[in-house]
Amino acid sequence: MPLLHFFLSLLLAPLLLGIINRTKAVFAGRKGPPLGQLYYDLAKLLRKGAVYSQTTTWVFRAGPLVGLAAVIAALALLPLAGRSAVLAFGGDIVVFAYLLGLARFFTVLAALDTGSSFEGMGASREVQFAALAEPALFLGLMALVRQTSQLSLTAIYEHLPLGLEHQIGLALVAAAWIIVLLAENSRLPVDDPSTHLELTMIHEVMVLDHGGPDLAFILYAAALKLWLLGALLVNLMLSFFQGSSWIGGPLFLLGMGALAVLIGVIESSMARLRLNQVPHLLVGAGALAALAAVFVLR
Amino acid sequence: MLLLLAVALLITTGLAALFSYRSPRLSSFWGVGGAVLGCGLGLVPVAQTLLGAPAFSLYRPWSVPYGSFAIELDALSAFFLLPVLILSPLAALYGCQYLAHWHGRKSIGASWFFYNVLVASMILVFVARNGMLFLISWEITALSSFFLVVFEHEKAAVRQAGWIYLVATHIGTAFLLVFFMLLGRHSGGLDFAGFAVHSAPLASLLFLLALIGFGAKAGFVPFHVWLPEAHPAAPSHVSALMSGAMIKMGIYGLVRTLTFLGSPPAWWGVLLIAIGLSSGILGILLALAQGDLKRLLAYSSVENIGIIALGLGLGILGLHAEAPLLATFGFAGALFHVLNHSLFKGLLFLGAGALLQQTGTRQIDHLGGLLKRMPWTGAAFLIGAVAIAGLPPLNGFAGEFLLYLGAFYSATELSGLAVFQSMAVVAGLSLIGGLAVACFTRVFGALFLGAPRTPHPAAVGEVGWVMRLPMLILAGACIFVGLGAFAIVPSLAYVLPIIVGPDFALAPAFFQQASSSLNNLSLVALGFLVLLALLVALRHRLLRRRTVDEQLTWDCGYALPSARMQYTASSFAQPLTQFFAFFLQTRRHVSMPAGILPAAASLHTETPDVFQEVLYRRFFIYIRAALAKWRRFQQGTVQLYILYIALTLLALMIWKLS
Repeated sequence: MPLLHFFLSLLLAPLLLGIINRTKAVFAGRKGPPLGQLYYDLAKLLRKGAVYSQTTTWVFRAGPLVGLAAVIAALALLPLAGRSAVLAFGGDIVVFAYLLGLARFFTVLAALDTGSSFEGMGASREVQFAALAEPALFLGLMALVRQTSQLSLTAIYEHLPLGLEHQIGLALVAAAWIIVLLAENSRLPVDDPSTHLELTMIHEVMVLDHGGPDLAFILYAAALKLWLLGALLVNLMLSFFQGSSWIGGPLFLLGMGALAVLIGVIESSMARLRLNQVPHLLVGAGALAALAAVFVLR
Repeated sequence: MLLLLAVALLITTGLAALFSYRSPRLSSFWGVGGAVLGCGLGLVPVAQTLLGAPAFSLYRPWSVPYGSFAIELDALSAFFLLPVLILSPLAALYGCQYLAHWHGRKSIGASWFFYNVLVASMILVFVARNGMLFLISWEITALSSFFLVVFEHEKAAVRQAGWIYLVATHIGTAFLLVFFMLLGRHSGGLDFAGFAVHSAPLASLLFLLALIGFGAKAGFVPFHVWLPEAHPAAPSHVSALMSGAMIKMGIYGLVRTLTFLGSPPAWWGVLLIAIGLSSGILGILLALAQGDLKRLLAYSSVENIGIIALGLGLGILGLHAEAPLLATFGFAGALFHVLNHSLFKGLLFLGAGALLQQTGTRQIDHLGGLLKRMPWTGAAFLIGAVAIAGLPPLNGFAGEFLLYLGAFYSATELSGLAVFQSMAVVAGLSLIGGLAVACFTRVFGALFLGAPRTPHPAAVGEVGWVMRLPMLILAGACIFVGLGAFAIVPSLAYVLPIIVGPDFALAPAFFQQASSSLNNLSLVALGFLVLLALLVALRHRLLRRRTVDEQLTWDCGYALPSARMQYTASSFAQPLTQFFAFFLQTRRHVSMPAGILPAAASLHTETPDVFQEVLYRRFFIYIRAALAKWRRFQQGTVQLYILYIALTLLALMIWKLS
């Protein structure tokens, strides 16, 4: 059963971006691309050849592969729709977060390998924001661990308390994690995924020189990463319906869809923050998570 | 017994190397041969002890006052000997080619003599069971490593670094002297076997003395200032040994001290966590801001020592609160990180040495694109960088994983406000992890990727096999320990009871939890590698019959990109150094382009050590001013000194007679 969820996630992840883009199109009064646009893009890219920069080495070619492998491995640690993860053990959450770190490490190296100043710029911003987002993620986890006395993600979500008095802490964790999700996936207000100016981009500028199957791997890994962090959040929101009945699965998918719509709404209604204000947002997320942990301590 | 034989072998080959100074080749042979053979011999009893053989001990009376030749090889000593015995022969092998550059210009024999004496005295420090023997061995390591540091003493910067190192290590030793005097007076002898402190205030005083004395060697902030001076100045194989193995003597001393002092109060743990957080975060931030590669690595050692201190702090908190899982995970994480750090930091210093030898510069901003010239060194360096950034599936992650588990268990085991400490540990560890990723992507990217920032000399190429092999072995060890952590951590079963006390109920629960988590970690790592292999195959298959072209880097349509347009290491770190400017105090020297026809403009940044600038410089200036008035007693005339001696003798005689 966990394996079924695992493969279903691999299949459905690109849909999230379609929903986000459709939401943004509706807000802008456009028709927008079809929901499955990313599937078409991936299929097209996988059929292409590749062009590499003369400056690059094997590190550039390894970047997308390591990134995708790490993200898929992280997916195996994530419980979905109230079911156990493919692999659940004490501390799996740390491995989960650090696998994403590994993916980032190689994406950044691949960007630096091109020797382009634009990609260096994006890489520099990426590592800065990631370093500041990390404490928020972990402090939120700490709050959940304290709340449930469990160390594996699956068990944490199973043991989340249902009483109303606990909801403040959980809501704070959720608020912190939404910011982490937006930052880690390079969404507004941290990064603008749809801009066409290299100077203002973060994640997109790092992959400027990738093409063909490599770019397909990168786009797919990005979609999976959005799915991963989104599921972390949706599981938290839907702890009421954990584990029990058949309704968990459909409800989870509904939650993911709602999250994608929410991201679309945020992106349509906000401008990008100035770069030097993004750290403040991330430190704020850390403070929210710390506050959540304090609430849990009572 | 084999260990003593190893010490004897190291010293005799060291002497042989010294006396064959006429032939650099012969002295290299003696030096390297002794280090390899001696450490190989030493590894046998160490491995046996770690696998559960009874502790070997030897006691001989000694004519030195309060001294005795008491040594013991228990599991704790054996564990800390591992980094020394693994790293020393590899660094020696590397050094024999690294030093070839100086043949005929420097005394290679003396260098090998001090190297082997350093290794031998480090072994003695770890097995000594008498305060006097311990201090003497400790002092020999300090002196022999000082002579190794000032190998290039014709450079003023190296002399300055050596001088700072000498002063710092002796200030530390002074605290240890007081520490052992108090301990010896309390327990009536300097043999470790008799050390036991039952009075709480004395125990706390001793703990503070040990924290400063041993912390100065380990490199805890704010006692770390000698580290970024001395480690870069030394030849690279010596830097590797100092950073990988020697500073762990401080950690060992602290852990050994804990076994004397009875059950610890909570504030020791809190203090260690505070030190760990400040060392970890400041260390990695200062590393991030450095332009000198070896200086950067030295600061990253401060960071890693901070991570180890976090583990020790968690362990002490666990001991105090009688939370067995917290205590064992904390100490186990700290110990495991000691081993791991020696592997990857040794590897990175050797890599830095290879770059230095080939390009002649340590300035990161002058290098670039070296992966094409030095593929083996680059690959090994990459493995070291991933490992030190604490990323799976390598060994750096496995150690930090145990620490995270410890902190998370503490959230379930401890009650009330005590959880704040583990919260601080978790937040700190994750921040350090994120910053370490930034720091080492910066280093590897700027050194090995992109295009050369200044034209390389044509001769820059891969180093010889003798230098390459030790790096590859260490890289292999990082992978092996990372994937096989589940098999290695159980060997702590004989080490941990020495620290936490035999009656502390730890074994079943800890090893069950740890091995379940580590087994699964290896499973994830294996799954990741399989996935990676599948993806590599898929990509290969997809691109097999298609056009794969090489073109210029895309620079927004600009068709003449040059190497000078690349992001440099400094610009890469700038957002973070800016954000943490309060701690770093980076100085900018800017000359802006001015006028209608602007001439050359320049921007130069440097990040000096805040503690050295603010704390130590002022302190030493004050000391110098305070002591200046005594200078009139020192006029430099021999007659005056003879008068002093005569007066002293007279005073002593009067004292004795009265």
